[in-house]
Amino acid sequence: MMPAAIYDFKLMVLFGGVLCLLVILTAVGRFLKEDHSFNVSRSTVDNFNAQIAAWWKMCVVFVLTLLFGSRGSLAVFGLLSFLALREYMTLVPTRRGDHRTLFWSFFVIMPLQYYLVGVQRYTFFAIMIPVLAYIFIPSSIAIAGDTAHFLERAAKIQFGLMVCGYCLSHAPALLLLKIPGFEGHEARLLLYLGIVDQMNDLLQYVWGKLIGKNKIAWRVSPDKTWEGFLGGMVTATALGTLLWWATPFTPLQSAGMSFMICILGSAGGLVMSATKRDIGIKDFGAVIERRGGILDRIDSLCFAAPIFFHLVRYYFVP
Amino acid sequence: MSEGIHPIASLLAAVARGITGVQVQWAGCEPDERQRIYFANHTSHLDFVVLWSALPSEIRAKTRPIAARDYWEETPLRRYLVANVFNAVLVERGVMSKAKSHEDAKFVSRSLIEDMAAALGEENSLILFPEGTRGSGEKVGEFRGGIYHLALRRPDVELVPAFMENMNRILPKGEYFPVPMLSLLTFGKPIQVEPGEDKDAFLERAREAVSSLRRIGPA
Repeated sequence: MMPAAIYDFKLMVLFGGVLCLLVILTAVGRFLKEDHSFNVSRSTVDNFNAQIAAWWKMCVVFVLTLLFGSRGSLAVFGLLSFLALREYMTLVPTRRGDHRTLFWSFFVIMPLQYYLVGVQRYTFFAIMIPVLAYIFIPSSIAIAGDTAHFLERAAKIQFGLMVCGYCLSHAPALLLLKIPGFEGHEARLLLYLGIVDQMNDLLQYVWGKLIGKNKIAWRVSPDKTWEGFLGGMVTATALGTLLWWATPFTPLQSAGMSFMICILGSAGGLVMSATKRDIGIKDFGAVIERRGGILDRIDSLCFAAPIFFHLVRYYFVP
Repeated sequence: MSEGIHPIASLLAAVARGITGVQVQWAGCEPDERQRIYFANHTSHLDFVVLWSALPSEIRAKTRPIAARDYWEETPLRRYLVANVFNAVLVERGVMSKAKSHEDAKFVSRSLIEDMAAALGEENSLILFPEGTRGSGEKVGEFRGGIYHLALRRPDVELVPAFMENMNRILPKGEYFPVPMLSLLTFGKPIQVEPGEDKDAFLERAREAVSSLRRIGPA
């Protein structure tokens, strides 16, 4: 697995491009931090630098994926899922009666999901959390006997498992797709998803700062504007289209896929913002400083990954 | 006490830190080698180990927990842990209510305070859970009187309040397996018994000092 990735020229070009961009952005971030002559607020600069630091970490995750192959990347993403779920459950109120259900969620359901992805039992991993956990969780809470806020509690745990576990597990699952004529290059699909998704986030932010006026859902996310949303989506889709050469898609198909990733990524960001409002926090990382913030970074990926996976699987895997 | 930390204690502390991912904040004071009594809310068996592991190792080596004799002497494993691993100070719980007469109660409780004062000695610190038992985590329960008497007996020792969040969700009373949620531990500003302050007023103030350190809000 490992040498294959190194000799994949297109993959190296794509990843090299990402690294170059990151080096430039890091330099810009440093410059903005030192130089105060620009009219940019401190918090904006800090946010920007935190985002770049997060991208470097994502690159490390991707390199680990290349080094250890699909098994290794499942382990890495499994750990990410675990930490994200930990962050989510820490901040979402649960009750004493949920203890055993939570134990099962962390130590049985989540590892099982990744195991099933790993052994490529598609029909099983596709229903693991949406069907099996969906039945298991309310049953197990009911057995515990506490009926207060029963529906809420079952839904909260299910939601956490879906977002942090099920959805995210579809990102490494891309590596196991068998696309005719594309064997050995699956890592490019993961990188493609990551690039389009994250660039959509960045470009929406940039466009929003430049020309943003009309708020989309100011109650949920005061920074999101229609101008930012459309500008970001158009440019990120254009960028994704230009990356068609690294994928099994034609340019037109690549445009369609990128468009989907952008729409879903935006939805993911918005949904997680609404979730945070509901819990009453601004960032997942704000309360649990050092160990928090994973969910803030992967929210858009969580929504884009499963649909991208299923689209590719449906149209490109015979 | 014997010098150094028992290897099992270090191991358990590392495991507890891993499970609870505890984030320590020294909000009202700094870690210090001076003698202190750390007192905190109590919701989980992990409380002591986590609080203890949050102290720098040179302080940890001189910090002993106060544990309830009736519970911790029940099984050989518990006995081993308190006596050999954590060098705990075992005390009788609820002696006042169990005592046959008023005089009896006074006598036992005085010897209890003496035990704790002796455990402090010249250089040790103590970890104390003044609620006396594990609570549900919703609010900090009423404090028992031991801490007041001990504070009067040893006015030179600093009383440091601490609040532990989410521990009741990680390993609540009656469960054996932990759920790896994140916990927060906050150390507050040291308090002392004010001149002429009576027991109830002090205990209430001490309780308030602990519960005011809550960061997330009741789960």
